[in-house]
Amino acid sequence: MKRCVYINDDDLSHDIYCDNRISNRKYTVWNFLPKNLWEQFSRFMNQYFLLIACLQLWSLITPVNPASTWGPLILIFAVSATKEAWDDYNRYLSDKKANEKEVWAVRHGVKKHIQAQDIHVGNIVWLRENDEVPCDLVLIGTSDPQGLCYVETAALDGETDLKTRVIPSACMGIDFDLLHKVKGLIECPEPDKDIRRFDANLRLFPPFLDNDVCPITIKNTLLQSCYLRNTEWACGVAVYTGNETKLGMTRGVPEPKLTAVDAMIDKLTGAIFVFQLVVVMVLGVAGNIWKDTEARKLWYVEYPTKGPWYELLVIPLRFELLCSIMIPISIKVSLDLVKGLYAKFIDWDNKMVDQETSTPAHAANTAISEDLGQVEYILTDKTGTLTENQMIFKRCCISGTFYGNEIGDALKDEDLVNAVATRSPDVIHFLTVMAICNTVVPIQRQNGTILYKAQSQDEEALVHAAAGLHMVFVKKNGNVLDINFNASVIQYEVLDTLEFTSDRKRMSVVVKDCQSGKLFLLSKGADEAILPCASTGQQTRTFSEAVEQYSQLGLRTLCLAWRELEEDEYQEWSLMFKEANSALVDRDWRIAEVCQRLEHHLQILGVAAIEDRLQDGVPETIETLRKAGINFWMLTGDKQNTAIQIALSCNFVSPEPKGQLLLINGKTGDEVRQSLERVLLTMRITSSEPKDVAFVIDGWALEIALKHHHKAFMELALLSKTAICCRVTPSQKAQLVELLKSCEYRTLAIGDGGNDVRMIQQAHIGVGISGREGLQAARAADYSIGKFRFLKRLILVHGRYSYNRTAFLSQYSFYKSLLICFIQIFFSLISGVSGTSLFNSVSLMAYNVFYTSVPVLVNVLDKDLSERTVMQHPQILFYCQAGRLLNPSTFAGWFGRSLFHAIVVFVICIHSYAFEKSEMEELSMVVLSGCIWLQAFVVALETNSFTILQHLAIWGNLVAFYVINWIVSALPSSGMYTIMFRLCRQPSYWITMFLIVVAGMGPVLALKYFRYTYRPSKINILRQAERLGGPILSLGNIEPQSRAFEKEVSPLSISQPKSRSPVYEPLLSDSPNAIRRSFGPGAPFDFFQSQSRLSSSYARNCKDN
Amino acid sequence: MEGDGESVSSSASTALVAADVDARSILVLRGGRSKAMYQFTQQSLPACKPVLTPTSVISTLFLMGIFCIPIGLLSLHASLSVVEIVERYDSECVPHQFRLNKVAYIKDSLIPKNCSRYLKVPKYMKAPIYIYYQLDNYYQNHRRYVKSRSDKQLRYGLQYNDTSSCIPEESNDGLPIVPCGLISWSLFNDTYSFFRGTDELRINRKNIAWKSDRDHKFGKHVFPFNFQNGTLIGGAMLDPNVPLSDQEDLIVWMRTAALPSFRKLYGKIEEDLEANDVISIYFLNNYNTYSFGGRKKLVLSTASWLGGRNNFLGMAYIAIGSCLIVLALVFILLHVKNPRPYGDAMYVSWNWKGIPN
Repeated sequence: MKRCVYINDDDLSHDIYCDNRISNRKYTVWNFLPKNLWEQFSRFMNQYFLLIACLQLWSLITPVNPASTWGPLILIFAVSATKEAWDDYNRYLSDKKANEKEVWAVRHGVKKHIQAQDIHVGNIVWLRENDEVPCDLVLIGTSDPQGLCYVETAALDGETDLKTRVIPSACMGIDFDLLHKVKGLIECPEPDKDIRRFDANLRLFPPFLDNDVCPITIKNTLLQSCYLRNTEWACGVAVYTGNETKLGMTRGVPEPKLTAVDAMIDKLTGAIFVFQLVVVMVLGVAGNIWKDTEARKLWYVEYPTKGPWYELLVIPLRFELLCSIMIPISIKVSLDLVKGLYAKFIDWDNKMVDQETSTPAHAANTAISEDLGQVEYILTDKTGTLTENQMIFKRCCISGTFYGNEIGDALKDEDLVNAVATRSPDVIHFLTVMAICNTVVPIQRQNGTILYKAQSQDEEALVHAAAGLHMVFVKKNGNVLDINFNASVIQYEVLDTLEFTSDRKRMSVVVKDCQSGKLFLLSKGADEAILPCASTGQQTRTFSEAVEQYSQLGLRTLCLAWRELEEDEYQEWSLMFKEANSALVDRDWRIAEVCQRLEHHLQILGVAAIEDRLQDGVPETIETLRKAGINFWMLTGDKQNTAIQIALSCNFVSPEPKGQLLLINGKTGDEVRQSLERVLLTMRITSSEPKDVAFVIDGWALEIALKHHHKAFMELALLSKTAICCRVTPSQKAQLVELLKSCEYRTLAIGDGGNDVRMIQQAHIGVGISGREGLQAARAADYSIGKFRFLKRLILVHGRYSYNRTAFLSQYSFYKSLLICFIQIFFSLISGVSGTSLFNSVSLMAYNVFYTSVPVLVNVLDKDLSERTVMQHPQILFYCQAGRLLNPSTFAGWFGRSLFHAIVVFVICIHSYAFEKSEMEELSMVVLSGCIWLQAFVVALETNSFTILQHLAIWGNLVAFYVINWIVSALPSSGMYTIMFRLCRQPSYWITMFLIVVAGMGPVLALKYFRYTYRPSKINILRQAERLGGPILSLGNIEPQSRAFEKEVSPLSISQPKSRSPVYEPLLSDSPNAIRRSFGPGAPFDFFQSQSRLSSSYARNCKDN
Repeated sequence: MEGDGESVSSSASTALVAADVDARSILVLRGGRSKAMYQFTQQSLPACKPVLTPTSVISTLFLMGIFCIPIGLLSLHASLSVVEIVERYDSECVPHQFRLNKVAYIKDSLIPKNCSRYLKVPKYMKAPIYIYYQLDNYYQNHRRYVKSRSDKQLRYGLQYNDTSSCIPEESNDGLPIVPCGLISWSLFNDTYSFFRGTDELRINRKNIAWKSDRDHKFGKHVFPFNFQNGTLIGGAMLDPNVPLSDQEDLIVWMRTAALPSFRKLYGKIEEDLEANDVISIYFLNNYNTYSFGGRKKLVLSTASWLGGRNNFLGMAYIAIGSCLIVLALVFILLHVKNPRPYGDAMYVSWNWKGIPN
């Protein structure tokens, strides 16, 4: 299918394509209620509650008042619907802001100011410098005489450098005044999401001469959400609008994320549901049999001899309702509440406030904090995430002399300053290249300082450094550059710019010294691109050594070179260059080839080393998190070398011989396959050795690997704990996340730029760094933090605590509902299996919603281990990752406990309240208070740290239970009038309570003590150690060590080989991951766990096949 | 404000020193926030972390055990001090010719239901002596039965005419029944009279129901109406001239029992009974428990501070108390034989293969 866009045609275009209204909304006013309800009811738990609530409306079978279910149910639905509505309203507001932005567009032949949403396909839109592009445009004119303009595409692909866009050849030379009268036809494909492809044709209508079809590529487009830079104005024809733009096609409301804990709770709920069905079935059948054999004999019950047709169903349904509390409706409410609080704790945390910008951490998604504690893979962006994304010129090597090695900053190196002062020619040339050989635009600010705008930050760093050494690039007048050197102004005229491309890896300019009239070629680029072009006599060994040394320090290196040109040579070349520039076919290739002809016999001036500074605390953070058993993958759009350098300097991979990097590369499918197989083989062999193996792959090979060797790559992904993927596109990042997710790993993606957005949305947890590249990532992310190092605290402290707390809370919720439900079941066994409820509706509701929820909610303050201990022993996170605290076996423990407690309470109550005391209301209150007492002690026993609030909640709740019941007992109209007063006056009541507590808690305490002392988990041991006072230093204290490490790096002299301290040395085979994959039946209480792991790995295998 | 950091780090706070200083500076910036609120938001409220040390656990268990046994002995003593006479009369009171078909006997209103039994008082019984009737295998807690009543009607009488909850005994001949429902319809109707020698023992049948029920649950101006007029007669008749609040047998009966075996107060003997006194009891054995195999018993019992005779609490306390002491001893033994160094660094090696046990 083709889309035909009639340029500037006001009549035809309107009807066919959508206007430029952007909509990220999920709902409209009209479909909100049905759609939201539908969504909510797609969850099993909600369906279940609705069913129960509906059944309760049937008074024949309901044991309790229907309000006890409808009330909470409606509340829950209202709360989540309100939240959704609020989110959607915010999306609507931001859409509205974008839609109502004013843009210049041509309407009926006149340029007008219209709102962005009124742009139609075919309209001509005018943009000025720094405008955001409102929709996908095909360029037809710019302010540049050569038809060029610059765009920043960071929002689209995350690449921060400026890209050039050019008008199609057909539009070349159209007069400014005529541009808004242009008519024509663009044939383009239907909208798709490929941001690197656009194959279309343009044909202008007379009077615009060109009648030939002119091809249009992505180079001729301005895509939505890019920014126009360094260009006064540009105009283009809208081809895709609204949600049909390239960006709009990739956009969408991300799927709501479900945590592993939630999934586990759902699973357990399902199991309980099945159990409930079995109970209901058994009791239903038993009830019907009892009814037919026994109850008909009970004349005082007056069973009719013939009942209605549904008679057989009545008793089972009654039991269904009686047992419906097995699945506590309160769990959803309490979980939502505590999750909200976890998120608040993250927001409030002062230790995660970025001091520089005073940005606090923020949890946008309040529902997934537990997942933070279960992360297994972290996929991280490099630039801006690990690094500051702030390039600083640090060292250089000029004609064999190293500057900046001693103090780590070349600008402060006196030797260099002296060399500049004495006008040493090599140094001057070096500085000239730094200042001129670029596409930087200086802008004079009012206060006299100069602001440099550069396509790349490397260039900016070089120009700044040159300025620091008195070679100040002051002004750019068209092609004439003013350089201010030691108070004298030197002018250069730029004749040609040989642009940087990723293939050439170098850029050059041809300049003319305006004083002497001499021509120079100035080049800079990667060492492998520059050094081979050195003039024949020159020794390049020093330079390659310098490059080597700088790389080891994690610095980015650029080689600078120059050559004086002969007038003739230049003239001759210039013609070829012009010709190549206007070539229609293979232009890029031909330009590259022509450039090659000039860039030879260069005189290498030196090497500049630029530091992309690592953020504070990055190596320690990565080290700690890796100890915690988290694997790191680095996904970067950057070059392989830089990526590896950064990876080395931030502990990502260990240097040889401990670490080993395996490269996967190749341009063709075969090469990639061979390379992949080789790496896989090495991986398999070394997986048993305590070696730190990482694979490195680039975007191209990744594309092939993912497409054709998916299975092999999957295996590689499973084997390798570390990976570096360079030159990957945003969608590849998302694909990798998807790959790891399909292996059932919990993934966390962290990034800071627009190119990370998709990965962030795709991963289980998306973390955005509110950094320099803007806030896009932070906005799309579930969590935003100011600095990478806060990730450690986010995961180890907040994630871990959240997981622990939710694990307790959810299991406890099931425990207390099961407890009351078991008692109801036991009671029905002595009440003729007729489905009588022992408790009245008010007590039941209050039990679930109030008495048992409040103490456990305060559990959000519980800390099993102190933050300090966790930081020192990050390995403890393993318990969270492997889900040791919430899984079927722990759940079975709670299930057993509730059964045991139900038996204790029931047996003691019916025996001590037998005969003359067996009044229904009284017994029911005795049993209920027995449960409440046990609850209080169970929570107390399971609480690890008591703050004043916990004491208040646990014991206050117990008091509140009595106060509330006294109040209810004082109301003559209530069913339990005077009951509680009567009970509290009886000594036997208190004696019974004490007996229940002792009999219920004694064995639990003993068992817990036994486990704690003789089968302790690591958490227990650390708790004991904490109790003894002082941290245990079995692993060494991490903090001081890393401090020392950092200090060691900066003054490191280049002359001595880099002695990297062995910071990362847990035996890999002993790390949590290893054990997780190869679990033996050694540890008895892990049996359940290992089984489930086995089955999941089995599932993985199945998937592979 | 200055003290915050210290108090925090002294307890649960785990802040590294440097970070703590940061936190404090922010705290100063924030100004007004109270200290407690700050600690709450930073999750650094002072907390105590109890740990299950051998000493604490063993002594807790031991103390609990020590504490339980005296309570158990006390309860047992109280229970044993109660003198209780239980007389099952349902089968004895059926004449021999009807022994094979008790249901026919009980349903035939022409056959006199008189019956007498003799009891010997085993021990001195101090007044008041409570007279209970005990029904076994009688499901007053059956759902159909429990639901079949109308509290509003009991309170307000005919003014409240929604008797739908009383099904199947809600109305008769189109007129509502007061009191409606199965419970009142099946009111227990055996009667007892007691003689010591030839003197009739005075039985106080007033104040056997809860005062709160008489005052607030059963109407003073509500009189039985259209009660037991149907084809099927359940239990006792009610005097239509006595308001419900004074029909104490009914009030007692309507406090449904939660267990299928229960006792309900019939009256009180307000004189002491000496040991070896012979009491003759005359029954009117009207109530049908024969059709469903229920049992009827007459119980004479004194009361202690713990209530009637019930050894369960005492026995349970003693049993659990001794179990706890045994547990404590076992743990002591374990601890002595196999002492566990607490929080030993040895156990914190991250060698996941050998979880020490």
